[in-house]
Amino acid sequence: MTDIAAAAPAIVGRSLWGDAWARLKANRAAMFSLYYLALIGLVSVFGPWFVPHQYTTIYADYVRMPPSLSAYPKPDMIESALNDAIKRMRVDIKEWHQEGDHVFVTVKSTKPIDDRNIRYLDRSDAFDDTKIESKSPDGLEATMSASVKQQYFLFGTDNTGRDLLSRTLMAGRISLAIGLLAGVVAVVIGVIYGAAAGFSGGRIDEVMMRIVDVLYSLPFIFFVIMLVVFFGRNFVLMFLAVGAVLWLDMARIVRGQALSIRRQEYVQAAEAMGVGQRGILLRHVIPNLLGPVVIYMTLLVPQVIILESFLSFLGLGVQEPMTSWGVLISVGAKNIGTANWLLLFPAFFLVSTLFALNFVGDGLRDALDPRDR
Amino acid sequence: MLRYVFRRLLTAIPTLFVIVTMAFFLMRVAPGGPFNQERGLSPEIKANLEAQFGLNDPLWLQYVHYLGNLLRGNFGPSYNMPDFTVTELFAKGLPISVQLGASALILALLLGSVLGTIAALNQNKLGDYTVIALATAGSTIPTFVIAPVIQLLFGLTWKLLPIGGWGDGAFINKVGPVLTLALPQIAIVARLMRGSMIESLRSHHIRTARALGLSDWSVVVKHALRGAILPIVSFTGPAAAALLTGSVIVETIFSIPGVGRYFVDAALNRDYTLVMGTVVVIAIFTIVFNLIVDVMYAVVDPRVRYD
Repeated sequence: MTDIAAAAPAIVGRSLWGDAWARLKANRAAMFSLYYLALIGLVSVFGPWFVPHQYTTIYADYVRMPPSLSAYPKPDMIESALNDAIKRMRVDIKEWHQEGDHVFVTVKSTKPIDDRNIRYLDRSDAFDDTKIESKSPDGLEATMSASVKQQYFLFGTDNTGRDLLSRTLMAGRISLAIGLLAGVVAVVIGVIYGAAAGFSGGRIDEVMMRIVDVLYSLPFIFFVIMLVVFFGRNFVLMFLAVGAVLWLDMARIVRGQALSIRRQEYVQAAEAMGVGQRGILLRHVIPNLLGPVVIYMTLLVPQVIILESFLSFLGLGVQEPMTSWGVLISVGAKNIGTANWLLLFPAFFLVSTLFALNFVGDGLRDALDPRDR
Repeated sequence: MLRYVFRRLLTAIPTLFVIVTMAFFLMRVAPGGPFNQERGLSPEIKANLEAQFGLNDPLWLQYVHYLGNLLRGNFGPSYNMPDFTVTELFAKGLPISVQLGASALILALLLGSVLGTIAALNQNKLGDYTVIALATAGSTIPTFVIAPVIQLLFGLTWKLLPIGGWGDGAFINKVGPVLTLALPQIAIVARLMRGSMIESLRSHHIRTARALGLSDWSVVVKHALRGAILPIVSFTGPAAAALLTGSVIVETIFSIPGVGRYFVDAALNRDYTLVMGTVVVIAIFTIVFNLIVDVMYAVVDPRVRYD
């Protein structure tokens, strides 16, 4: 008998968070989005170190190259790149041919050819390791060899010849960082303000909420533009400030929650049992507030990312050469007729991230809602 | 009811006053002035200009002057477009923005309601999922992505629409901007409608109507719709205020000479009067549409009474 009793598994209740996690895991769209967000985050944070191009490097020979899975220069581009470089040497091409990944070019001139001329070939984005193979005795003819520099631009290049892949990833870093930064600022201010109002109740609550109402009535865009005017183009400061504007909703939500939690029977029961203010706050109020706060935060981050893109689109946000998805999209929108990849890649990154954040937010809402079991 | 409207209009006055005051002083504490950035403006000319517009007076005096002018309906001259008064600028731009915004709103309300109802009637079936997917896409894709894509597809690839421009209000020039403005709103309306329609279809009077043998059409359109439309009505207020006062993004991308850009340009150029004018216009639109919505509530739902 005792054996059986000992063997029977103890029933372990699931905690609020354990339960929420289990329910979230059952939501395929939310889980997929969570993985996708993690992927985008990793790629944006670490990707720029693995892309062979710096996001600021300008390849003058590769301006507005369409995206391609094969390496640049393309076979038909070698000749024109060669012609350009040789023209800068102020000599004429006598003959050129390609063997594997090396080109051999024989040049002639009316004056003796300076050996230092090979730097013009090295300077070209298409060639590398230029050497003088042979020179005619009078110095008027020389044969040079150079290896063709193979470079990949998977997302193509932009108007000034910068690699779009590294720029898109870098932009992701900035956009996500700004979203999180402003989101956290808004949540912190909103939670403290809302909780203070909700707990104080009475006259203080009334006054604090009237202030929120007044701030609400000013057009939001007016606020943001005033912040731009105040903080100039310093985008870190600006997004701290944007976060400081977005706290209004958070404050309302937290205040409402705090008010309703205080009136719950279990709080009254705890008070009757002699639990102090601090105990009630830690044991009952904060855990119950966390749900809506987490949900609101996942909705706030995309809002901030859109706002940042919007400001950058108007030229008020992140400044060159730094970049963000909004900056890239605004450039893409201006070049839509001639170089649509400039719009499509950044727009895909932005939109898919917003989608994923949306699904995670919805999933969390379902998972944390205690009424919906 | 009339008394209610009157009372609401009276309470709008202090709200408007607070907004005007806050905007006025916020604008003024910002560094810079309307005549600072024009290069080559000699100090004497700048001083003269500032004196002419009364910018050297103490701030409180300027504020009193501004309020006085505002009460007489005078928004003042625009500092950066010296040939125009703010009133003239709005008279020129506002009809354009209102036209686009109103068309987008009507399109969104009609199409969104229909889509939402279709989704509700096919709950958890293919039609429902299609509408949900469209609505998610519509509300997540930002306008500044939708607009260039519309330009790319309809303007450049298929050559159905002009890429931009107002074209003196030609119908074809309005299609792109209206579509861009409407898409996110269609998504929101469809979502709202789906939710409230599902709830409305579950209520007792619908069951009764079905039991009495009314046709599906009559059940949905005559009975369920009326109960389901309240959330749409409350959505319409803020949405109308936002849409009718112009969108910076849409007007910039499609080169529309509306009022959407005024705010941004004016704030950046410290065109004080134009900023204030925009704030006042947006505030009035917001107040008026919220009032209309509250009145509409009583019309749609006889249980709502204002006494």
